Amino acid sequence: MKAIVGKAWKYQDNINTDEIIPAKYLNTSDPKELARYCMAGIDEGFVLKISPGDLIVAGENFGCGSSREHAPWAIKEAGISCVIAKTFARIFFRNAINIGLPIIECKEAADDIKEEDIVEVDIDSGKIINRTQNKEYKIMPYPEFMQKLITAGGLMNYLKASRR
Amino acid sequence: MSMTITEKILAAHTGQDQVKPGEFIEARVDVALGNDVTAPIAIREFESFGAKEVFDRERVVLVPDHYAPNKDIKSAEQCKIMRDFACKQHITNYFEVGQMGVEHALLPEQGLALPGDLIIGADSHTCTYGGLGAFSTGVGSTDLAAVMISGKIWLKVPESIKISFDGPLNRWVSGKDLILYTIGRITVDGALYMAMEFTGSTISALNMDSRLSICNMAIEAGAKNGIIAPDETTLAYVKDRAKRPFSTYQSDPDAHYCKTYHFRAEEIQPQVALPPLPENSRSVDEVGEILIDQVVIGSCTNGRISDLRQAAEVLKGNKANSRVRLIIIPATQNIYRQALEEGLFQIFLDAGAVISTPTCGPCLGGYMGVLAAGERALATTNRNFIGRMGHLQSEVYLSNPAVAAASAITGKISHPREIISE
Repeated sequence: MKAIVGKAWKYQDNINTDEIIPAKYLNTSDPKELARYCMAGIDEGFVLKISPGDLIVAGENFGCGSSREHAPWAIKEAGISCVIAKTFARIFFRNAINIGLPIIECKEAADDIKEEDIVEVDIDSGKIINRTQNKEYKIMPYPEFMQKLITAGGLMNYLKASRR
Repeated sequence: MSMTITEKILAAHTGQDQVKPGEFIEARVDVALGNDVTAPIAIREFESFGAKEVFDRERVVLVPDHYAPNKDIKSAEQCKIMRDFACKQHITNYFEVGQMGVEHALLPEQGLALPGDLIIGADSHTCTYGGLGAFSTGVGSTDLAAVMISGKIWLKVPESIKISFDGPLNRWVSGKDLILYTIGRITVDGALYMAMEFTGSTISALNMDSRLSICNMAIEAGAKNGIIAPDETTLAYVKDRAKRPFSTYQSDPDAHYCKTYHFRAEEIQPQVALPPLPENSRSVDEVGEILIDQVVIGSCTNGRISDLRQAAEVLKGNKANSRVRLIIIPATQNIYRQALEEGLFQIFLDAGAVISTPTCGPCLGGYMGVLAAGERALATTNRNFIGRMGHLQSEVYLSNPAVAAASAITGKISHPREIISE
């Protein structure tokens, strides 16, 4: 899996899909356009401050609210390499897995990581490494079926491969 | 082994004798739903996959409701993508403007969601159809694409929680209040990944409109689905609407629930959820003095005929406060027509309300009543996140239609008894 390393941008609990991508931008399904407004509902300067490869680190229930897949698309296309949260809302969670946006549930890491810490995620070895604070966290492995989706790079790739 | 109603429906759609919470399954889908905001991405994924035909053109339902009738050029283009796809695929249940309604009011009305069904929809409030005793859950556009191709979906079997309400409802209290009360107690992730099963004498006495309101907001507690076991009320509702056979399921008496809540209906007054979360609900008497600029009565939560009747009961002979914009949105064409024929429109117009064609419009800050900075709305919708209905510095409060109507008259959030004495 592609190496994940970048700056962490921290958010609190219950970050909802209206904050990730406000409804006024839902009259398009172009990921590149959506990316311009990533997190605009809570942090209008977000896209200006991030660099490709950076991470979002959040509290409980990240991605709650709507089923809009525009939310993980905006995050992925904006260049965010991974979202680490204490817990994820269920539709956002499955959407992220389905489109190949890496997401990790890890309460300890989500608590400890500070804004702008440099964080590395090694999914194959099952580790989150906070390079700034010199700390490591274990990642719980995904259930076997989800592993297959992740390895395939998302649901459509998995579906294609399973039909061969 | 004993199973809950949710587990039974899932098992029936996998061909297994039983399923257990935590298990991953691949289930056959009865109905796959998309709207003008979510279907375009699904269609794009469908076409890049190289798929030629949907799995079953009777079972894919496409409804332009969020930004339809077309809000702007981009929305028109999204609606066109969906329309063109529906035409190319000969989708039986594509509802054009003039037939369409807010999807989660439309499908039950049209007999497209039935007891025992497994329904997925690219809209988080797809959980609504649990009110008919179906397993119904919201998913994303890629999931919808995969289902349109294969007719199947991957699911993790949820744990079930039981929420029972007993006793008679107080006046002006309806399904909306019961679900706001519940979310207030269990919080916005209190049912995360779980099936919320509603039972008890209070629930059994509810009409279908109220049951659909309750299940509509299961997602606001983080649930995978909400469900109310089918009974005589359900059968009477679907009797003349169902165009295909269906099955009914009930939870086994000794089925396992990971949590159980018991609430007494007599303790519940009409609820108001304060921004910025649906869990901030309290009795309308505890809200204090909150002046409002706009009232919206409608949506997939409360845009049905019972809701409009309740609003009309309060509004009759009264006028909206001169500072308040009162926007009423019947959720389907049939509801619109029925409200007209029952004389409700006369009441609404005399009260100074505007009556819109069915649309999701203002619920998600789309159009037909968006808020400026510093404005406050009371709505019968289902979400009050920051910026939900417009500017990030606007506020949305949630309530049932009777409270919304009363508040439109007084200009501030009010109990209906301030208008209609008990």
